[in-house]
Amino acid sequence: MLHMRAISKVYRTELVETHALRALDLHVREGEFVAVTGPSGSGKTTFLNIAGLLESSTGGEYELDGENVHHLGDNARSRLRNRKIGFIFQSFNLIPDLDLFDNVDVPLRYRGMKASERKQRIEDALARVGLASRKKHYPRELSGGQQQRAAIARALAGSPKLLLADEPTGNLDSQMARGVMELLETLHADGATIVMVTHDPELAARAQRNLHIVDGQATDLEPMPNLGVAKRTSESRA
Amino acid sequence: MFRYYLDLALLSLRKNKVLTALMIVAIALGIGASMTTLTVLRILAGDPLPEISDTLFAPQLDVGGKIDYRPDNEPADQLTRLDAEALLRAKRADRQALMTGGDVAVNPERDSLRPFNTGARYTSADFFAMFNVPFAFGRSWQEAEDRSSARVAVISKELNDKLFSGVDSVGKGLEINGTEFRIVGVLEHWRPSPRFYDLSSGNYANAEQVYLPFSTSRQLDLPRSGNMNCFDDRPPEMKDTDVGAPCTWIQFWVQLDSRDKADAYMAFLRNYSDEQRAAGRYERPTNVRLRSLMQWLDYKNVVPDDAKLQTYLAFGFLVVCLINTVGLLLAKFLRRAPEIGVRRALGASRRAVFAQFLVEAGLIGIAGGALGLGLAWLGLWAVRQQPTDYAALIHLDLPMLLTTFALALVASLAAGLLPAFRACQITPAMQLKSQ
Repeated sequence: MLHMRAISKVYRTELVETHALRALDLHVREGEFVAVTGPSGSGKTTFLNIAGLLESSTGGEYELDGENVHHLGDNARSRLRNRKIGFIFQSFNLIPDLDLFDNVDVPLRYRGMKASERKQRIEDALARVGLASRKKHYPRELSGGQQQRAAIARALAGSPKLLLADEPTGNLDSQMARGVMELLETLHADGATIVMVTHDPELAARAQRNLHIVDGQATDLEPMPNLGVAKRTSESRA
Repeated sequence: MFRYYLDLALLSLRKNKVLTALMIVAIALGIGASMTTLTVLRILAGDPLPEISDTLFAPQLDVGGKIDYRPDNEPADQLTRLDAEALLRAKRADRQALMTGGDVAVNPERDSLRPFNTGARYTSADFFAMFNVPFAFGRSWQEAEDRSSARVAVISKELNDKLFSGVDSVGKGLEINGTEFRIVGVLEHWRPSPRFYDLSSGNYANAEQVYLPFSTSRQLDLPRSGNMNCFDDRPPEMKDTDVGAPCTWIQFWVQLDSRDKADAYMAFLRNYSDEQRAAGRYERPTNVRLRSLMQWLDYKNVVPDDAKLQTYLAFGFLVVCLINTVGLLLAKFLRRAPEIGVRRALGASRRAVFAQFLVEAGLIGIAGGALGLGLAWLGLWAVRQQPTDYAALIHLDLPMLLTTFALALVASLAAGLLPAFRACQITPAMQLKSQ
């Protein structure tokens, strides 16, 4: 699903050159739930931005769902981001002026779907995160946990191949964090591929595989488990 | 997507009403001022006969004496009666007419109306066909009636309304300066603006009420009006308006339907001038002009300089308003950087973000245009209150109305370009992390 080979990222200013990633090799297979951990400044966020096509790497090869994205222009990257990636952010990043329905609608709008299909997908996604009755509510009217669930609904609505979560429980209290984590686990059990960046070792432990990034390079903390579990679960449900 | 962008724009504009109102007012003020002055300029500088103006020409001959001669002199604006009648007889153009203004006393048959003075034009038969003058009833007089100095008249719609309540008065009599004339034609409303054919009594004056054959006017010695320039002494018994008088006071226009004909007529004028010089009548070297109608208006500086200056100033003001709008839009758009970051992350391309914000700028422009239209109406009303001969002509017509909206839209889109470009350049990764 996600293959990065020798990815490097250098930020240059007039005075300083910062190497955020150095020859990073990282592979995530379809159906995996991978937690990415590492100390502050280790390159986790840069990795996530490059994985989510929000930034380009300075060097290396990045293949997403079989497509080499390294040389794609803004339009193609935006289209790929829209179709294949769902984002879950630490601070939810819902648009405050839009109600939940319209927030979940945003990625679908850029896909050019018909209104009837969008409506169906939005309602399904909100129902899946338990917010079907709140579709006319604005983000400010919801708790942090509910906002994050709405953000997850937004990420799910477009049926992406890959969910990228950046500290998804970082702004939540422990009870809400547990609820969100359970939701991610359910999604994984349903077959979703999830890459989650986190500081929290407890959350990381609940993922299928742990990757540790230090000084811009990734290391597997545990041997690759049998990836068939999630997939088989998904297939058996189907 | 346009509908989606429109919804988002409305949402955004409603969210910050004060800022939105400021931008709309800024554009409206610029548009209002520009359209007011542009409308005035357009009417003043407009083509009075757009369909035929390029076939109408004003010949000029340099008939002055040697005393004031300078090689770079322009020939006189008007012709002597002798030259005008000679050019008329020569019939070298597709159509030609000589003319001058006058002031006549009309004695109405209706007892309820008292005698009154009105403007008259003494001309020749081709005047009406050459200038496409529309007739409500009857026709022009004919060349034969010019030759025979017939007592025939064409009157304006306004005079026909006044004297005959608007009914067909062709064939009826009309007493002018004590002489009975027969009405042969009644015009539709006709007011070429500027009144190009005779600028000597006001560039934007009303057209005349009465049209009489020039030959008749001379035979009856009807009073004339307008400029007259006499360049030489004349015998005491000779009047300024006599055929041989060294005075220029006749306007002369020709219709030439092609470039070749215009060139041929120019050659004819040169030959005519050479002949007159050879005969000892002209003292100056041959110096002739043949200006088309629009060239003539340009040469005569018909458009007041202050109208042009006001237009330049108003457009300068529009630019200042737009610069203000650019600043306000920049502030407004860049404040939404977090939203832009989210949209980019969720699949919006730079182009999509650019389009979204440009639609918002365009919407502000349309609102500004609507308000600016109101201000332009107000401005034009104020112009109409001025004591100028063109005040009554000033109005906002459909093309200018459409221009207002087009200008507002283009102006606001231009103002929105930089802010929208800056908005679409926002780096999503940075925004998403900084929230």
